[in-house]
Amino acid sequence: MSTRAEEALDRQATPWLFACAIATALPHAAHQAYWLSAASLLLLGWAVGLWWKNERLPGRWPLILLVIAGCGGILIEFRTLFGRDAGVAMLVLFMAMKLLELKSRRDAMVVIVLGYFLLLTHYLYSQSIPTGIWLLLALWLLTATLIRLHGGASSTRSMSLRYAARLCLQAVPFMLVLYLLFPRISGPLWGLPSDAHAGMTGLSDTMSPGSISRLAQSADIAFRARFVDTLPARHKLYWRGPVLENFDGTTWRPHIGQGTPAALDKLSPPVRYELTLEPHNQRWILALDAPVHLPEGLLLNATLAATQRQPATERQRFQLAASLDYRFNVAEDSRTLQRNLSTPRESNPKARALALGWRQTSGGPKEIIRKAQDLFAAEFTYTLQPPLLGQNGIDEFLFTTRRGFCEHYAGAFVFLMRAAGIPARVVTGYQGGEFNPLDSHLVIRQSDAHAWAEVWLDDQGWLRVDPTASVSPARIETGIVDALAFDEPLPALVQLRTDWLRNLRYRWEAVNNAWNQHILGYDPQRQRELLSRLGLPETDWRSLATLLGIACSLLVAAMTAWTLYQRPRLDPALRLWQKALRQLARRQVHCAPWETPMALAQRVREQHPALGEPFQNVVDAYLRVRYDDANDNLTPLREAIARLRR
Amino acid sequence: MKIAPSLKQLLFRWKSDGTGPLRLGQRRIFIVPSRGGLLFALALVVMLLGAINYNLALGHALVFLLAGLGIVGMIHTFRNLFGLTITPGRCEPVFAGEIAFFPLSLDNDRTAPRLALELAADAAFPVGAAVDSLGKARVRVPLPAPRRGWLALPRVRLTTRYPLGLFTAWSYLQPEMQCLVYPKPIDAPLPLAGSSDWGGDRHGDGGQEDFSGFRERQPADSPRHVAWKASARHAGEAPLLIKTFAGGTQSKLVFEWQHTAPELSDEVRLGILTGWILAAEAAGNAYGLRLPHLSLPPERGSRHCQRCLEALALFPS
Repeated sequence: MSTRAEEALDRQATPWLFACAIATALPHAAHQAYWLSAASLLLLGWAVGLWWKNERLPGRWPLILLVIAGCGGILIEFRTLFGRDAGVAMLVLFMAMKLLELKSRRDAMVVIVLGYFLLLTHYLYSQSIPTGIWLLLALWLLTATLIRLHGGASSTRSMSLRYAARLCLQAVPFMLVLYLLFPRISGPLWGLPSDAHAGMTGLSDTMSPGSISRLAQSADIAFRARFVDTLPARHKLYWRGPVLENFDGTTWRPHIGQGTPAALDKLSPPVRYELTLEPHNQRWILALDAPVHLPEGLLLNATLAATQRQPATERQRFQLAASLDYRFNVAEDSRTLQRNLSTPRESNPKARALALGWRQTSGGPKEIIRKAQDLFAAEFTYTLQPPLLGQNGIDEFLFTTRRGFCEHYAGAFVFLMRAAGIPARVVTGYQGGEFNPLDSHLVIRQSDAHAWAEVWLDDQGWLRVDPTASVSPARIETGIVDALAFDEPLPALVQLRTDWLRNLRYRWEAVNNAWNQHILGYDPQRQRELLSRLGLPETDWRSLATLLGIACSLLVAAMTAWTLYQRPRLDPALRLWQKALRQLARRQVHCAPWETPMALAQRVREQHPALGEPFQNVVDAYLRVRYDDANDNLTPLREAIARLRR
Repeated sequence: MKIAPSLKQLLFRWKSDGTGPLRLGQRRIFIVPSRGGLLFALALVVMLLGAINYNLALGHALVFLLAGLGIVGMIHTFRNLFGLTITPGRCEPVFAGEIAFFPLSLDNDRTAPRLALELAADAAFPVGAAVDSLGKARVRVPLPAPRRGWLALPRVRLTTRYPLGLFTAWSYLQPEMQCLVYPKPIDAPLPLAGSSDWGGDRHGDGGQEDFSGFRERQPADSPRHVAWKASARHAGEAPLLIKTFAGGTQSKLVFEWQHTAPELSDEVRLGILTGWILAAEAAGNAYGLRLPHLSLPPERGSRHCQRCLEALALFPS
């Protein structure tokens, strides 16, 4: 009966805590080092075993040794104790170790709070809808455990779960108010650890044979676009990423250094669209060719690629416009042209000889380009699984294997052009996209990654030439699925050829997009928009805080009022009885708390003989309703009370 | 320093709640975050900083949901006490040195059960209680009874942390209840039957036949009962012996204040008398009690026993 015993953890509550530990830590197993998951599982197994056999928990020294061993392991694995992955690993290990120390209710509280904390860490890896649902369920379990912990054994499993669900539902209005009104601060408050944004996929800034075909096997979404007016024709959808000018024989790299600013002649009215870029940890934003009217914060570099100052580490939205027909850098800097004519000496002699032959026999650059396109159209195959290439890769590709993906065609084409004396360079990016009719968004996946070429001609500037279009016109006109044979290793998600499956995917992606746009994409900008739509323009954090305070107080007041003014539910017979007592009180007869109905009737007979008979009837009817199980009929009581009034 | 008590009185309503049922209203329920709640709040702040730093939209949502949960938990903790009706009961007398139990009846007129209530009159002796939906629970609040006399129930603290344990809500109850504490019985041999002069019913003088043996003298024994001859045989090396007499079941005893050694303190003498009464009651004897200020004629039965013990408990000191 002492306080200590009261605070001790009851045995039946412990499995709840095991369940909490599993629910909050398990999803981390997907991306954690195997030894960490194994160690955590072993610790959990140990704790469960001790609980099952009702044995004593280990003392302090074994635990301290375990902590030291765990920290040592993490230090060896991650070379640090801080940072995202190391921090999460520590939390998971501590959670498992705390299970070996479950003695009092306070220890259990630590497990729960640690569990809540672990929930947050999952969002560092994914904020998708399934993660959200899983974590909501885990939150429910944690809350039910708290209730079970504090309610003691009289709080059963179903009762705890139901109560927890009710509490969580009642917390939702607070969450909404806070989510909408809490002053949002964007950007990191302090330096993020170096591994904060590890594991993002996307184009890299170099291209070698195989780099794009590898990327194209992923169905991940690279970005989405929503056009304000009409969707442009598919073959015009070239989304420009890094432009690669330097070639060392196998790998294409961008030129480092400032060039002259891009000079653009728009030849068609701008097409406006909104681009939602998934994080890819690079600075380019993959604007549609050719970007015009860039919003503030974006830069157009000398190669017509739109970039921003910081790598895209989170989902971003841009309002952009593009001129689909354009003339670009007609007066190009001579050093740039020189750079785009150079090829590594002594490499690929056969290709070089072919190009020189073209140069000598043809009338001009246009004809040379035509010849190269004809070459590709004749006997080349478009495939995701090209054979490996050796030292003189372009020669091998052009004259022996003749199988390749867009990076092979773009690389070989640019090499041929340069050898033939035409300035040319490789442009990487994405081509096409899939239109989702449900939410009118164009979805561009990693499988839409593409590489093409740009040649510079007198009076025309840089001109886009897509050698892949010669090999496989379908790639440009309808997309990669139709351009490749059935047995190519495209992701299943992209390949769906059945209508209803495709529809299902459209639906799922539309939901995801709405989730990203409206829930995850709620940023300071959106907050301002919402508030000005609510009639509160020009809000600063002070007015937001005031608004937040008012809204929260109103909610608390509403809930408290609901609590305070909840009338106890009276038994109907008792309510009628109280009505009869009020009748008596009007005649100055007050029922004392200890007086039984019979005693009261006796007193009434003595004090008010006239009232004695009718009141006795009320008492009889009341006692019949209360104590006769078979009789639930309230009518006689009601009638007796009505007679009392007369 | 005179302000402190009146301030406390004002804040915590240190005044009697009477003997009737009392319903907990919002003005007498206090609520503060518990230790677990502070830990939770700290975790929320760290989580919010993390969510802002890594720009986690769902992290914000999680933190806000948990903050909402905390507020809702506070209201529900308050609700766990609000509207509870407490009716004092009647408490059974105890002997000094034992623990007195003050029965309280807790009535719940809500459909939700009220769990994990804790009542404590003395912080070292809390007692738990749970009241079912629309139910009633009887709880006996323990309180050590160190001294004889009336033991008034001090302020009782009714505490709960249910459901989430993030807040501690409490209320002070002061029902007018007291428990009679009998003196602590001291085991002592019954005085010689017949040493009393009650109503001429003396048969002690002829008690020689009932002589049943000797026993060692206790401090409570009157020097008159010492068996000097028997004691002398041990030449002062053993304690003094007392003659004992086998009292018949029909014998009537009267325990007198004067039977106890006058050099002892009043409390010890009362304890001895208590012991005698209990022994006589256990043996089924009729017995009377004569104290300086009142006398009870010999009788038998638990009612009489209680009356005698009450007289001893309330003996003016």
